[in-house]
Amino acid sequence: MSATAQRRPLPPLGPTRRLKLPRQAERTLANGLTVIVVRRPAVPLVELRLWMPFGRVNLARSHLLTQTLLSGTETMSSVQIAAELQKIGGGLSAGLDPDRLMLSGTGLATGLDRMLEILAEVLTGATYPTDWVGVERDRLVDGIEVARSQPAHQARTALLRRIFGKHPYATQTPEPEQVRAVRPAALRSLHAQRVHPAGAVLVLVGDLRPERALDAAEKALGDWSGAGHEARVPPIPPLAPGPLLLVDRPGSVQSSMRVALPAVPRTHPDHAALQLANLIFGGYFSSRWVENIREDKGYTYGPHSLIEHSVSGSVLVAAAEVATEVTAPALVETIYELGRIATVPPDADELEQARQYALGTLQLGISTQAGLASLVSAYAGNGLRLDYLAEHAARLTKVSVDDITEVAARYLAPARAVTVVLGDAERVAASLATLAPIETAPVPC
Amino acid sequence: MPTRRARIPATRYPVERFTLDNGLRVVLTPDRSAPVIGVAVVYDVGIRSEPQGRTGFAHLFEHLMFQGSENLEKLAHFRHVQGAGGTFNGSTHLDYTDYFETLPSNALERALFLEADRMRGPRLTEENLRNQVDVVKEEIRVNVLNRPYGGFPWLTLPPVLFDTFPNAHDGYGSFDDLESATVADAADFFRRYYASGNAVLAVSGDIDTAEAVTLIERHFGDVPARPAPDRPDFDEPDLTAERRSAYTDQLAPLPAVAAAWRVPDPIDDFAAYLPYVVLAEVLTDGDASRLVGRLVHRDRAVTSIGGYLGVMGDPFDVRDPTALVVQAHLPPGGDADKVLRVLDEELDRLAQGGLEDGELARTQARMATHLLRETDAVLGRALRMAVLEQQRGEPGLLGELPSLLGAVTEEQVRAAAATLRPERRASVEVIPGGGR
Repeated sequence: MSATAQRRPLPPLGPTRRLKLPRQAERTLANGLTVIVVRRPAVPLVELRLWMPFGRVNLARSHLLTQTLLSGTETMSSVQIAAELQKIGGGLSAGLDPDRLMLSGTGLATGLDRMLEILAEVLTGATYPTDWVGVERDRLVDGIEVARSQPAHQARTALLRRIFGKHPYATQTPEPEQVRAVRPAALRSLHAQRVHPAGAVLVLVGDLRPERALDAAEKALGDWSGAGHEARVPPIPPLAPGPLLLVDRPGSVQSSMRVALPAVPRTHPDHAALQLANLIFGGYFSSRWVENIREDKGYTYGPHSLIEHSVSGSVLVAAAEVATEVTAPALVETIYELGRIATVPPDADELEQARQYALGTLQLGISTQAGLASLVSAYAGNGLRLDYLAEHAARLTKVSVDDITEVAARYLAPARAVTVVLGDAERVAASLATLAPIETAPVPC
Repeated sequence: MPTRRARIPATRYPVERFTLDNGLRVVLTPDRSAPVIGVAVVYDVGIRSEPQGRTGFAHLFEHLMFQGSENLEKLAHFRHVQGAGGTFNGSTHLDYTDYFETLPSNALERALFLEADRMRGPRLTEENLRNQVDVVKEEIRVNVLNRPYGGFPWLTLPPVLFDTFPNAHDGYGSFDDLESATVADAADFFRRYYASGNAVLAVSGDIDTAEAVTLIERHFGDVPARPAPDRPDFDEPDLTAERRSAYTDQLAPLPAVAAAWRVPDPIDDFAAYLPYVVLAEVLTDGDASRLVGRLVHRDRAVTSIGGYLGVMGDPFDVRDPTALVVQAHLPPGGDADKVLRVLDEELDRLAQGGLEDGELARTQARMATHLLRETDAVLGRALRMAVLEQQRGEPGLLGELPSLLGAVTEEQVRAAAATLRPERRASVEVIPGGGR
C-alpha cells in the first residue's frame, strides 16, 4: 500500500427520494372482518396475513389449536390441504402470541382465489381429527421440551414472569402436562368460541388488483360467521424495579442478560423520540452500547435493544449474551450507557445518524411483499394503516436533542430497569452482588 | 377435486455484466419499483480455503473486514451505512465470503466507496484482531457451545462425510486456532484471496445503469489489480461403505439424527444436480411430503424432518463436493436406526414405484414460490447473482431457476433417489445428555 495515498472523501448522499406508498384498498365485511389489500407487483406472488383476537385463552388449548388448525376439514385431510396449497405454489401456517391467532401464507398470485377458498374452509370447518391431534400433541410437547432447554427461552420465561407478575402475558408457554390433557373436543369448542371474523384483519399484498382481491376475499370469507366471544386483556402493570434476578444455570459458559424498561405504543406522542433514544442507546449496531460492549470490549456478539409492542402495552428489552467471566463488567457498562443517555444530551450528529437509520429502514421495510404484509398487519393491530408510515416519518424528522433527553430520562433511566441474568450463579453471583441486591432462583420450568 | 396445475411463472430481471481492467467482475440488475438498492461484494474464498491450524480463519477475517480500511477509522463503516438509512452484514460460506448492504438508493455512491475502500485494504491491527477474536468466541458460544444442538448438523456432519481437511474441519474454528491467529496471517490471507480479480460486485434495485457504471469505475477503477489465486480441487472420493457417528450433547433433551449423501457437481454437472434439489423437497416439504407423512404422522418416529442441499442449505452457491442432507429430531427414546431404515425404505419406494399423480408438479410450484420470494428482496438478487457470476459466470440463471427446476422429470427424481444408498450414506446421531 502506498504511504502517500491521498485521503479520499466520503461521497455525500444524493437527494432523498420521497416516501411513496403503494396502492391499497380496504373493506369491512358484514361479518366484521376487515380486509386490506396492497398492490406490489414486483414478483407474481401474494402474501397473506390473517389475525384474529385471541387473548385470555387457555394456553395449552390455544397452542394445540394453533398446531392443529390446518389438520383437516369435512372434505379435506391435512395432507390434502397441504397438497392443494402446494399446487398453487402456496402454504399456510398458524402462529400465536398472547393477543392473537395468526395465519400466514404465500402463493402464486394466480392462486389467490384457491388460497382464500382453502382458508375459508379451514376457518369455518376445521375438524381436529383425533388421530392427527394425538400426533400433534406429542410434537408440541417435544417442541416445548426443546425450547425449554434453550438459554434464550429460559431467560425470556424468567423475564416475562418477573415483569408481568399476575398479568396474562407472564406465561406464554404451556406446561407439557397441560398440553397432554387437551382433547379434540376442547379444540372444537375453543374454535367455535373464538375463531371468528369480528375484529379480525386479513391483509393481502402482492401482484394483485386491489378491488378484485377485495371481491375475492368477500366471496370466500363473507359467510364466515360473525359473532364471537370477546375477551379483553387488561393493561400491563408498570415495571416494578427490585433486586436483580439471577437465574442459576450451572455450567453455563455465557450469561444471558435481559434489562427491561418502560416503553409506549406506536400511537403515543413519545413514540418517535423514544424510538430514536433507544437507537442511540443500543437499538442498532452503531449505538453506544454495541460499540462499547462488543466493538470496544469484546464481551458479546449480538447485543440488541428492542421495543416490543403488544396490544396491552409496550416494553423495551435490552438483551446480550456475554462471556461468564465478564458478566458483572458487562452489566456495569449497560447501566453506564443507560445512565448516560438518561442524564446527558446526545450529540446532534448521533441523533441525526439514528434518525437517518430510522427513516431509511422504513423505506427498506416496505420494499418487499413479505415486509409490507407483515408491517400492514402489525400496524392494523394497533388500529393503524399504512398512512401512519408517512406520519411517523414526519414525526421522526421533528425530534430534537431536547426531546431525546426528556424521553430518555423518563424511559431509559437505569433506576427504572428490571434486570434478569441467566448464568452460572456460582461464578457470577458474587460480582453481580457488588452492583445491586440480587435474588437467585432456579431455571423456571 | 379438480386437478389444477399452476403455470410456473418466470421473472426476468435485466442483467448487465462487465469486468474492470483490474479484473473485478460487476453485475448490475436494475429494478426501479422501490427506492432501495442492494450492494454485494463476494470474494472467492471460504471455509474450505483455510490453512491447517487456522480453523475458523475465513470467518474471523470476515470480521476484520469491518474494522476500518484505507480511509476509514474503526466503526466508520457501520456508521456510514446506518447513517445513510441502510443495513449491512457479511457471512462466511464454504466457497465464498460475502459483504453486503441494503440502502435507500440515494446512498449508492457511498456504498460503492465503502466497499472499494476495504477492497484496497482493511486496517489490520493487533488491537482489532484481539477484539474480534473475543467477539467471535462469543458468537461460537451463543450459537454452538451454550445451546442444545449447537452446530448440528452443519459442523458435526462434515467430519463424518468427508476425510480431507478442507471439507471436514470445523468452519467456526477451535478457540486455540482463533487465539493463535496473527496480524501477519491476516495480511497474507488478504493479499492472497481478497484480490480484485477474485471478487464480484453486484448492485441491484433502483439504479440508472449508466450512472452506476460511472460510479463503479470511479471508485473501484483504481483498486490495485491482483489476480485470482489458483483454486484447488477440493474433490475427494465418494463413500464406499456406510459411516455412522454419534455424540452426546449435554444440553440436548431429545435425540436427533442427520444423514447425507454426496450428489453430482453443482457447477460442472448442473443438469444432473438439479433433480436432487427437487428430490429433497419431494421428500420433506410440508405435510403432503413423503417423509413427513411416513415418519412424523404414520410411524411417529420423528418430531420434525427437513431435507436440503448443501450442509449450509445453499443449493445454488456451493461447489463440489457437496451433499443432500436429511435431518430429523426424535421424540423421547426415539430410535435413530429406525429412522435411517425407514429413510432407505422410502427412497427405495420412490425409486421403484415413482411419484404419485401431481406430486412432482405441486412440489415444483412451491419451489418456484420460494425462489421468487427470495428474489423479491433487492439484496437477495444482488447476493445470489454475485455468487452465480463468481461460480458460473451466469448471474441471469437466477431468473431461470424456477423453470429449470420445473422441467425436472419424474424419471430424473427417481434416478436421483436410487443413488441414495445406505452404503453411500454418512450419518451422525445426537445422544441427549438430558442436562438443562
